[in-house]
Amino acid sequence: MASITLEGITKTYTGDVQAVKGVNLQIEDGEFVVLVGPSGCGKSTLLRMVAGLETITDGTLNIGERVVNKLEPAERDIAMVFQNYALYPHMTVYNNLAYGLKNRGFKKGEIDQRVHVAAKMLEIEEFLERKPRKLSGGQRQRVAMGRALVRDPAAFLFDEPLSNLDAKLRVQMRVEIKQLQRRLKTTSLYVTHDQLEAMTLGDRLVVLNAGQIEQVGTPMEIYARPATMFVAGFIGSPAMNMLPVDYLHTQGANGLLDNLPDGTDIVGIRPDDMHLTPPTAPHLTVDSTLALFEAAGAESHLYVNLADSDQPTVIRVSGQPPVAEGETLQFYVTRDALHPFNSATGQRTPSPGE
Amino acid sequence: MVENRPWANVFAHTVLIIGVALVVFPVYIAIVASTQAPYELLRGTLPLLPGSYGIENYTQMWQSGVSSSNSPPAALMLWNSFVMAMAITVGKLFISLLSAFAIVYFRFRFRIFFFWLIFVTLMLPVEVRIIPTFQVVANLNMLNSFAGLSIPLIASATATFLFRQFFMTIPEEMLEAARVDGAGPMKFFKDILMPLSVTNIAALFVIMFIYGWNQYLWPLLITTDPDYTTIVMGIQRMTSEENPQWHLVMAAVVMAALPPVLVILFMQRLFVKGLTETEK
Amino acid sequence: MQTKRMTFPGRWLPFALLAPQVIITLIFFIWPAGQALYQSLLREDAFGLRSTFVGLENFARLFRDGSYVNSLSVTVVFAVGTTLLSMSVALLLASTVNRMIRSRSTYTTLLVWPYAIAPALAGVLWWFIFNPSIGIVPYMLEMVGYQWNHRNSGSDAMLLVILAAAWKQISYNFLFFLAGMQSIPQSLIEAASIDGASPIKRFWTIIFPLLTPTTFFLMVVNVVYAMFDTFGIIHATTEGGPAQATNILVYKVYADGFIGLNLGSSAAQSVILMVIVVALTVIQFRFIERRVNY
Repeated sequence: MASITLEGITKTYTGDVQAVKGVNLQIEDGEFVVLVGPSGCGKSTLLRMVAGLETITDGTLNIGERVVNKLEPAERDIAMVFQNYALYPHMTVYNNLAYGLKNRGFKKGEIDQRVHVAAKMLEIEEFLERKPRKLSGGQRQRVAMGRALVRDPAAFLFDEPLSNLDAKLRVQMRVEIKQLQRRLKTTSLYVTHDQLEAMTLGDRLVVLNAGQIEQVGTPMEIYARPATMFVAGFIGSPAMNMLPVDYLHTQGANGLLDNLPDGTDIVGIRPDDMHLTPPTAPHLTVDSTLALFEAAGAESHLYVNLADSDQPTVIRVSGQPPVAEGETLQFYVTRDALHPFNSATGQRTPSPGE
Repeated sequence: MVENRPWANVFAHTVLIIGVALVVFPVYIAIVASTQAPYELLRGTLPLLPGSYGIENYTQMWQSGVSSSNSPPAALMLWNSFVMAMAITVGKLFISLLSAFAIVYFRFRFRIFFFWLIFVTLMLPVEVRIIPTFQVVANLNMLNSFAGLSIPLIASATATFLFRQFFMTIPEEMLEAARVDGAGPMKFFKDILMPLSVTNIAALFVIMFIYGWNQYLWPLLITTDPDYTTIVMGIQRMTSEENPQWHLVMAAVVMAALPPVLVILFMQRLFVKGLTETEK
Repeated sequence: MQTKRMTFPGRWLPFALLAPQVIITLIFFIWPAGQALYQSLLREDAFGLRSTFVGLENFARLFRDGSYVNSLSVTVVFAVGTTLLSMSVALLLASTVNRMIRSRSTYTTLLVWPYAIAPALAGVLWWFIFNPSIGIVPYMLEMVGYQWNHRNSGSDAMLLVILAAAWKQISYNFLFFLAGMQSIPQSLIEAASIDGASPIKRFWTIIFPLLTPTTFFLMVVNVVYAMFDTFGIIHATTEGGPAQATNILVYKVYADGFIGLNLGSSAAQSVILMVIVVALTVIQFRFIERRVNY
């Protein structure tokens, strides 16, 4: 068990391409931190640097008390779950789990005991003598986890471990990983591009974009107060709508927009904060035409064209409202649903007193 | 697909049967000849059906050979061929696996240079540089030895390329997982890479074994001692007599052809894989 | 050239791993090739005691020498004959086998094994079949009035070695043609037959054009085979005769060097052959690159 500290971690590839630009991050002992961001944001590179699979161009990496920049992956006391599992195809499940222990010179009895404990925890005991090729996707995933578990390492590193599973299995494994981590309390660093996976798994999220940290916080902090327009657009589905303040003024803002923080020229509104019936609190009223109606069962997505604007906008409501495509409709937004941003800096504009 | 052309199938089978017959014909003749009495082949034309002297001919060839052409017993020649073929095959596989491993899994100075150096061997068949190669082997005192028979032939660009190609298709994560699991280079080679390459090794083994077994010019040049005569060159010696004893020659031909043919027949899948992949 | 994304650290290990291959290559390939190059510029006196530098004189002599020019043209006839015969028979057999469903693997098995026969043995087998006194084919030819004798007739001898060389190579060509045909999408054939093309028409308008890469590849391989791998066939049968009629280039290198003991000339011939191999290899690789880009 250990904390992980990243100080100014940088990765530069030949040709001066900076994949990771000076990341500072402190992961506490036992914490589950998720690195999330679009593909190419540097999240996998960052994880692989922690694992020792990529060299660190600049910065300091601590696992526990040790600086591990120059250490081999095997010497860092970490275990990794790979996206494609990377199970050794010619070895039985048992030997896949045991290989890392054998290389570390564990005694036969100890290996046997650890393999069985891990296999029991993951419910793969009955497959121990099988080769990976004879397993289903979900079972392989469990073996990959088992290989990390048996080692009882200082930290688990997960590199998009669920992305090769079908949707249903993915949800199931997500729950299991979370429960397992709660039980073992092993420091974990988890990479995903799926914001829902990130929200549900992480104690804290690190949102990365273009090699830099955009925001660090608990899932709810990030959802409730996205620090940048990028985070606002990336976390939450459907994505947050962005409307220029000037446009809202033309729609009869009746003083509601007057106390927006200085520098605000754009506001974000979550699709579920746009109501079709007027709330009692003071609110904005916006006219629009329904372009496309998407029924998703418990909820519906309404894609609307705003009057006098070509800004794509989506509204989320529960159930199925009695509306038809082509119909004009009004929606209502209260003041506290507005996320103020400055479009030039991309940052959230601070409210007075912040 | 529905095809309503009954004559087409009859025609196709006819073509194939004729084709197979033509391909089999020379070997059938060899079997016929090898089972005739010695005088039968002096009388003019060869009978079309096997005779009854098979056991005598094969036994004689196996045990005593043909002394008039200085050919040792087939048993010895087959053994020599086997040793040479195995030495060449194992040697080629061994050094090719090691060099492909180095080229794919390490970065080091002159890597490209070495790659091309190995590649050049593709372009220099032994027949082409036969005399200077012979001189080198003679200077190294390797004439009339199994070392001389095999070592100069075990450099293999083909096998190195095939293994390199195959190693490149192994997922990156396999190495990464192994390193996280604490495996060093040679451990990775032995525990992961070799087992994963088993099918490729077997396929190449088939091809290389046939290559080694069928060596002709090289053993012809560097062995003069009958103790090192291989079966293929031994047969040539027997045929270059004034009046070859064809019934024995053909018995030897059948015995010489049998091992590699059996290898192909029993490992046809591996053989086809080895053949089509080495030439890509 | 690629390596893995991540590689092993190691200063000496990679060199140690390469050492066996590289040492053998240097001693038995590069050094002799260099020697050939060097000797091709020298001439030895009749007793092999002294050698003098003669520049490109050995090469010039070769091309003035009628027997070398003859050997060149013999090689062309032999290589073209072998390639054409072997490839056309193989193509016929492969396209016929490709129609078969249940019997495909049986026929394939029956057709592939000659690959295992050594060229020298192939030569001995055909030599025996065509043996003018006891061979079965001359006996039959005589009945139709043809007097076969490869000991006297240059064209008979050439035909014999072509037959032997082509016979051995059929299985190789067959396998590649079959593999090529099986990689043609079945849907194309189905589309053509819905368009009303008969099997023969389908072969010439769909299958054969799509086999072009395979055909070209096999042509190069067959020429290389005929030029360099057929030493055994010639040596075990005609020994280049009668009257040089089958004296192909690889055989001549050997004969001039080991029997004629004309080292300078033989070395010059080696150098020319190496140039030919390099050229053929380059052609082959150009073509492979193109095929990859398809």
